[in-house]
Amino acid sequence: MTDQLDSPRGPLSTAAPSADAPGSAPDASAAAPRRATARRLRSPSFVVGASMVAVVVLVGLVAFFWTPYTIGTRGTGERLGGPSADFWLGTDKLGRDVLSQLMAGATNAVVVAVCSVAIAAVLGITLGVLAASTTRWVDVAVLNVVDLMIAFPTLLLAMLIVTVRGASLSSVIAAIGISGAAVIARITRINASRVLREDYVVAAAASGTGWWGTVRRHVLPNVAPTLLVQLMLLAGAAILAEASLSYLGLGPRPPYASWGRMLNEAQATISAAPLAAILPGLLIAWTVLGLNLLGDGIRERSDPSLRGDR
Amino acid sequence: MLRYVAVRLVTLLVSLVLAAVVVFVVLRLLPGDSAGTTLGVGTTTDQLDQLRSELGTDQSSLAQLGDWAGALLTGDLGTSFVSRLPVGELITSKLPITVPLSLAAFVLSVLVSVPLGVVAAVKRRGVVGVAVSAVSQLGVAVPVFWVGVLLVWIFALRLGVLPPGGFPRQGWDDPAAAVRSLVLPVVTVSIAMSSVMVRYVRSATLDVLDQDYVRTARSLGYGRWQALARHGLRNGAVPVVAILGIELATSLLGAVVIENVFALPGLGTLLLDSVTGRDLPVVQALVLAITAVVLVVNFGVDLLQRAIDPRLRLGSTLGAAGGSR
Repeated sequence: MTDQLDSPRGPLSTAAPSADAPGSAPDASAAAPRRATARRLRSPSFVVGASMVAVVVLVGLVAFFWTPYTIGTRGTGERLGGPSADFWLGTDKLGRDVLSQLMAGATNAVVVAVCSVAIAAVLGITLGVLAASTTRWVDVAVLNVVDLMIAFPTLLLAMLIVTVRGASLSSVIAAIGISGAAVIARITRINASRVLREDYVVAAAASGTGWWGTVRRHVLPNVAPTLLVQLMLLAGAAILAEASLSYLGLGPRPPYASWGRMLNEAQATISAAPLAAILPGLLIAWTVLGLNLLGDGIRERSDPSLRGDR
Repeated sequence: MLRYVAVRLVTLLVSLVLAAVVVFVVLRLLPGDSAGTTLGVGTTTDQLDQLRSELGTDQSSLAQLGDWAGALLTGDLGTSFVSRLPVGELITSKLPITVPLSLAAFVLSVLVSVPLGVVAAVKRRGVVGVAVSAVSQLGVAVPVFWVGVLLVWIFALRLGVLPPGGFPRQGWDDPAAAVRSLVLPVVTVSIAMSSVMVRYVRSATLDVLDQDYVRTARSLGYGRWQALARHGLRNGAVPVVAILGIELATSLLGAVVIENVFALPGLGTLLLDSVTGRDLPVVQALVLAITAVVLVVNFGVDLLQRAIDPRLRLGSTLGAAGGSR
């Protein structure tokens, strides 16, 4: 399992038709040598990833209340100015402070990640648990819908929603959240049905534990670590997706700052003001890398198969 | 096997129909009047009514769905609101850019990532293994369009060796210019794609290397590479084929974004222009076409996996999604 999900596209790896192939079952048993390595490393990915993400969240929080200059459509400095005492990272083609916009972009990234992951988690976990624990009919229905949703690319869904509702932050979040819900539902369903077949769950049911009690006491705690990893990867994917959409002009509108749109605006003037084009991309990469590492780290720390080893 | 193909074919058709319905429902039934948003503020009721009757949105949703489905079956994709050209014609005119772009990017990514991934797995603790893992970890976190912007800056604006964007007006009649204008876009899409693929190839190879049959082969005196070549290829290929399928579909979507970075007049640019211009028939047709490609590729992947791995043919005809333990 360690390597099976070793990717920011981790959620997608289960979308692969091979997830149920006997030769490639995401099974921890095949990973014995790597398991030992992971334990020896004491998960530096967790520490590094968490720190990288913490910086972004902190900047995002600060920028929510304060930025060096107000985020507006009109700038206060000279156009395409280089770094100076007043504008530490220079100004863009409208004379806006690049640093302030980058900071506000962090707020945007945090909002997008938190909201879309929350939608995906609530919808996806509910659907997944229902599919695993109720009637076969519900299971088949949910699985088919989820499969179709997974085959339907996020970018296209976002474009459909934007066509109808217009470009906005909520359109983007809705698209990413719904796409993510399909992936989370699938992973929840696979893991929950595995738990439900365990002897202790059967015993609990025999001793009179109700449906909700079983779900709350046995299913959710057992699927939580795997889901947490997936949600981290999803947060990274959400930030990348929002950046792409904003770059294409389908994201939140000005004056709301977004790293993707900053990149789009700075692209034409990259020769004159390279920083304004380089920095937003670096920050996106930093944040996504941090979330991916954090996901890897959580998996190494909480995977029962890693923990149960000795 | 034949029975499986039949069942899968039916599933594919049902999925296509469902996808068409979903596209339709999202575009027509979500709150918001497409006629109103197309024309914007300050239009007269007459203009609105005229557009609504052109769009067919003055009819009941069911009647609209019927009309659209009927037209689809006869191969009629409708007419663009903006350019007034048949949508089918619009799409085919863009294929000579998007298809070469995504196929070339896909082939390049496979050529780079399969050998790299295998080497990274076999030499997982060596310098090469660690370096490949680190670079691919970075590659999947970096936004594709940013890589494109940087490549344009370096190779077109600073070094001046390649065009910064656009496509020759003569198209493929000027092959040298056409190829030159596709080099940077192809490399950009490939960087993102091969970063993803390398990780899957590496982990598939690692899984194979941990298997008992490889250990047995090695105890019989085969070298690491020999054992891998003799027993690993077919086993490792199953998950890799799945990923290649997903990535083939992704390359099409990557092209959508990247065409806009390089100002290439392909399907991606057409799609974006139609979304921003609210050209419903074009958006509808393109989204459906791309989804259809994704579904057909998935179908092909399934069949290919069964051809590679006989064990899959023994399972249930309709593999439930995982949990088959």
